Amino acid sequence: MSATAHPPNPNDHPIAPYLRMDRMPHIWCPTCGIGTVVKCFATALEEADVDLDKVAITSGIGCTGRVAGYMKLDAFHTTHGRAIPFATGLKLARPELESVVFSGDGDLSGIGGNHFIHAARRNMDILVILVNNFIYGMTGGQNAPTTPISAKSSTMPFGNFERPFNLPHLAASCGASYVSRWTCLHIRRLTKCMRVALRRKGFRFIEVIAPCSTLYSRLNRLGGGLELMRFYHDNATIKHGIDTREVDIGFQDTIICGNFVDEEKPTFLEMMNAHYGKVLGDRYVPMPAEGGWLHD
Amino acid sequence: MKTDPKGVLTGVHYLDGDYACGEGAMAAGCRFVAGYPITPSTEVVERISRRFPFMGGTFIQMEDELASMAAVAGAAWTGTKSMTVTSGPGFSLMMENIGLAAMMETPCVVVNVQRGGPSTGLPTMVGQADMMQARWGSHGDYKVIAMSPQSPQEAFDLTIDAFNLAETYRVPVMFMMDECVGHMTEKVVIPDADEIDVVPRALSKKTPADYQPYAVNGRGVPEMVRAGDGYRFHTTGLTHDDRGYPEMSAERQQINVRRIMDKILLNVDDIVRIEEEDVDGAEVVVVAYGITARVARMGIDLARKQGVKVGFLRLVVVWPFPEKRIRELAAAVKAFVVPEINLGQMVLEVERCAAGQAKAVLVPHAGGGVHDPRVICDAIVEAAR
Repeated sequence: MSATAHPPNPNDHPIAPYLRMDRMPHIWCPTCGIGTVVKCFATALEEADVDLDKVAITSGIGCTGRVAGYMKLDAFHTTHGRAIPFATGLKLARPELESVVFSGDGDLSGIGGNHFIHAARRNMDILVILVNNFIYGMTGGQNAPTTPISAKSSTMPFGNFERPFNLPHLAASCGASYVSRWTCLHIRRLTKCMRVALRRKGFRFIEVIAPCSTLYSRLNRLGGGLELMRFYHDNATIKHGIDTREVDIGFQDTIICGNFVDEEKPTFLEMMNAHYGKVLGDRYVPMPAEGGWLHD
Repeated sequence: MKTDPKGVLTGVHYLDGDYACGEGAMAAGCRFVAGYPITPSTEVVERISRRFPFMGGTFIQMEDELASMAAVAGAAWTGTKSMTVTSGPGFSLMMENIGLAAMMETPCVVVNVQRGGPSTGLPTMVGQADMMQARWGSHGDYKVIAMSPQSPQEAFDLTIDAFNLAETYRVPVMFMMDECVGHMTEKVVIPDADEIDVVPRALSKKTPADYQPYAVNGRGVPEMVRAGDGYRFHTTGLTHDDRGYPEMSAERQQINVRRIMDKILLNVDDIVRIEEEDVDGAEVVVVAYGITARVARMGIDLARKQGVKVGFLRLVVVWPFPEKRIRELAAAVKAFVVPEINLGQMVLEVERCAAGQAKAVLVPHAGGGVHDPRVICDAIVEAAR
């Protein structure tokens, strides 16, 4: 029998060192897009050459909320919608951390929407990766703040009539310093975007459009995973730097991708340190990079 | 260990309870506070936000209390002692992430300067009606520690103890002030830093390969590490195994939830703190806490003038409840009299522990003021009959 007859060892996978392989297999459905986004993120971590001991990842609740649980990092699977404030606490109390939020559209823009806009307003020093599958997946396909008009969900069985969020515009208009959108098909571009975002500062927001063939696609008769990827291939266009007011997503309509905002502007921590430094002079004692903890 | 002197404002001061609580937190080594303004608690964070920049602390005013509690839970995992401050309506919003902190076993302090409720209630006036919420407010089975100061001096002293208990047992500690203690101004003595004992984060000595965030070490309290030290640990609000990995089973639920209860239950004798006066030979024992403890003393004095043998038991730590002591006293006294600024909360616990051996008499007050000591006196005299 030849060696190729043996199944491949999962631990040989290039991103295995970034994952909790003792938790595999993951819970995501076949053709779900979240795993692809995780792969891109792990690759971006490798390419950006960041110190993994200093990366903390926080998720909320939902399908994408499980990402923190699979990453071999300091990982926090928190409450529904509260990943951003939790990650804010981690960052402010140990500023040397790279604090990453990885969660879904319902989690971050529905129940957590208030935290999203305020973190963007503050240009808080966190990286937010939002996987948008247009629906509440974990609970069974209910309507989301991102569900396109006329798309069906289990709680809008006759089609959605609520206007959805344009998330890049929301983030940009609130003050985020870096805003991008890609789909699961744009593996190289998404990976590069994440790598760049890891080197930027402040509130960095990456929206990733991902297929949910179990619920969104089934309820809307859009076919399986392959059909959805083909749809992205045929309908996604790249427009770097476009005004984010132009990037609304309609049902089965064009998906505008690209790097929309990439601005150098002071972050929350920079603003705070600069301001206290100015008004208090050398009496100002900033939070130590490794945290304000008591030790011998 | 002794505390960091940068946070200690040694001296004799004239402070209100809110300021004293803030000073206690800073003296305890607290260096991260997230909060949202709410009367009558706001002075705590105003004090802290004015002093933190000089000692390496960060205060952030979050967008709401949901975020404040979440930020505190996150910050606590860096080893930085963390606290949030609120009153009833904000306390309600914090319940979600108090449950998370309990489940993740996150040391932190939650200050509630109680006002009249329910809902918006009496924003500027006193209440003690969140005592059961402090114990039961988040969903599911869990246990916390709660304390109740009776003076600005205690607001200072007990806040330090609250941080120490939070670290010792890896729990959120509810610091149940009330508007009267929060807004009364009295002498507060702040000692030298070398007289203040604090419990630092006890970090695991295990290697990352051997470390498991929820493996117990004999005391029922798992060893902790900090985010950013290379352990790459995982924690979740889901029911979890020793590795902190989710495990959805009745068996794991029993182990996980039982243990976060037991780490308090099995250490009750070390956590409970009460003060007793003249309980030996008493016919009636008054049980009170917070501002009502001080008012009750006047009622007790009046009752003694009428010849009643009255003892006094003050709850300093309110949760866990001093069940064993109440049971002992119940065998010896006719009645407990429980004045509180609510329509019957801690009296239920007294009644449960007395188990029919002695009466438990509530002296209610719906909030907005303190009891008239004569009403407490009348209840004592009546209970002694």
